[in-house]
Amino acid sequence: MAAVFFMVTMALYFAATVSFLALLVRRADALSTFSLTVTAVGFVTHTIALVTRMFVGPGSSSPSIHEALSFFSWMLILVFLAVEFRHRLHVLGSFIVPLALVSLVSAAALPDTVPTLQPVFRTLWVHVTLSMLGTVGFAVAFVAGVMYLIQDGLLKSKRFNVLYSKLPALDFLDDLNQQSIVLGFPLLTLGIITGAISAEFARGTYVNWNPEQTWALVTWLFYFIVLVGRLTVGWRAKRAAYLTIIGFAGVVLTLVGVAIKSFGSVS
Amino acid sequence: MHIVVVGLSHKTAPVEIRERLAVPESRLGEALTRLCGYSGIKEGMLLSTCNRVEVYAVVEELEAGYGRIQEFLADAHLSVSSEQLTPHLYWQTGDRAITHLFRVTCSLDSMVVGESQILGQVKDAFEMALTHKATGLILNKVVKKAISVAKRVRTDTKIAESAVSVSYAAVELAKKIFSDLRDKTVLLVGAGEMAKLAARHFIASGVRHVRVTTRTPQHAVALADRFNGTAVPFEQFREEMATADIVLVSTGAAHYLVGSDDVQRAVKQRMNRPMFLIDISVPRNIDPAVRHVDNAFLFDIDDLESRVEQNRGERLQEAERAEHMVIEEVGAVRQWLKSLEVTPTIVALKSRVEDIKRAEVEKLLGRLAHLPPQERALVEAMASAIVNKLIHNTMVTLKSEVASADGAAFVEAAKRFFNLGECGIGAEDLDAEAPTTRTSANKPG
Repeated sequence: MAAVFFMVTMALYFAATVSFLALLVRRADALSTFSLTVTAVGFVTHTIALVTRMFVGPGSSSPSIHEALSFFSWMLILVFLAVEFRHRLHVLGSFIVPLALVSLVSAAALPDTVPTLQPVFRTLWVHVTLSMLGTVGFAVAFVAGVMYLIQDGLLKSKRFNVLYSKLPALDFLDDLNQQSIVLGFPLLTLGIITGAISAEFARGTYVNWNPEQTWALVTWLFYFIVLVGRLTVGWRAKRAAYLTIIGFAGVVLTLVGVAIKSFGSVS
Repeated sequence: MHIVVVGLSHKTAPVEIRERLAVPESRLGEALTRLCGYSGIKEGMLLSTCNRVEVYAVVEELEAGYGRIQEFLADAHLSVSSEQLTPHLYWQTGDRAITHLFRVTCSLDSMVVGESQILGQVKDAFEMALTHKATGLILNKVVKKAISVAKRVRTDTKIAESAVSVSYAAVELAKKIFSDLRDKTVLLVGAGEMAKLAARHFIASGVRHVRVTTRTPQHAVALADRFNGTAVPFEQFREEMATADIVLVSTGAAHYLVGSDDVQRAVKQRMNRPMFLIDISVPRNIDPAVRHVDNAFLFDIDDLESRVEQNRGERLQEAERAEHMVIEEVGAVRQWLKSLEVTPTIVALKSRVEDIKRAEVEKLLGRLAHLPPQERALVEAMASAIVNKLIHNTMVTLKSEVASADGAAFVEAAKRFFNLGECGIGAEDLDAEAPTTRTSANKPG
């Protein structure tokens, strides 16, 4: 059941991605309505897939990387639909929906039964959920940063094309970037703390400095510096955009690390 | 009955003629009364703006109607004779007249395509005509339709979306840097006309804080008063720049007043908040090297002009779409007008069969005097049912076919079959209108 809805969702997100990418260069109201509808329908089937899995799934206390990535993708679409609903910002979909598709496809490629961690502690899903929510914040900050740099470049080079007319004002993107990090950072912090506590219970040590844990901590420190820099010495606008793009690369590397590990535990 | 337009516009007449024909608002009522006083003019509306003077009317006879309206226009000003006027006038009737009104109202015939004033002017002209009871069934319907088409064009196309003046283009660009202009500060350096206009546009778009500086302090104070802002001493404005989100420069200085170091320092003080600099001066007053400062966006007069040029192009593309909408809507009005023309035929047909029925029923009932009242009623009902069923399909066909190319033939046939004779506006008018209809329907745009 869940698998069928999962496949349908993937097909819908794929269609939405294609039409949202077409919207980057074309002006067509019909196309944006189509993209939005397909995304919304995909979101519904995705929700059904997640809920069915939760109730009839294998029932582990620790979610697999498959589930984590699927949840991440679902949250991204949720954030997009919320922003779209408030600000009518179709163009955001052209950036977020492809990202959601990539993460869903990665989820499909990864084993869905193996837990990310040994299911030693009942509340491990808290760690995974919080970390993924923090990651969603950084992903949105990343997307806002990319959009900022594009719009900045278009304004500087005075190329007033279709994309220019669709992208929102620079300060809107900068605010979106800031808000996403301000929300994402505490969530990731809590995620790391709950993870460390779980590890302490499981192995008697908070951190064992394996590569993905190290990366996660480096990433956390990086975002900490970015956030402090923004609030104190004005690392905003273009610089903030660059920094959040670099930071998100760190997040992706951490996830890849976790993914490789879960592959390793299969073979 | 013909709907006509006679008039002149910026496309056919120089301003010297237009200004002499223009009717001031205070005398519009009087002019409308005079227009409707001419014999043969059934309905009238007068549209007088700085770019056009047009009379829309419903006339009985086409040629005579044209003549009367020309006379009316020439009478408006003593120094213009009818002969002087003729080369500048245009005359249209039928579909072309309706298309003309629609295009004018949709701002497709304007000097700046997509401008918004003309719709208001048409509304005012219509209101005026309504108050003076100058319009009737036909013009009321057609003008109301024109207004609704114009509204549809404004919402469904992007014809009025982009800025087509340099000063407004600056506001449009600012909105791509700042999402909300209300809490932003504009610093106006110098008192060039274009910059003042741009400042006014910014205020209209919500900017509340205006700071002004000019070489002569009194000027700055006077200007600041006008914009409800504050004056800044000219010697200090470079230091003050950090407080401004938008800097509008337009002075007569022959050298750069603002260098890239000044802007760099301001951006730093602003903790990298973006800055929008507009240089409308020629020669330029802001060093072009400012372009390379991060988070500062400099636009000079050429950038703004090219933006305007691009927007004009976009508007013309949207105008194409609007033209299609106009053609579509003219079709709908044509249908309505034709149905109006068939009405007399239908009325005549109904009264004809009613007469026949009455005569026959009376003849029969005279012979059947012994029938009780209920049965007399039955006989009468049967007669009604027969004639109604006989003419039902004819009426339906007339109504549906009248707008088609062969509409006139159908009306003519019905008249001959039922021996209806002449009845008000009928086949004759349809014959006269038909060729016009076809040519304008084929005409693109």
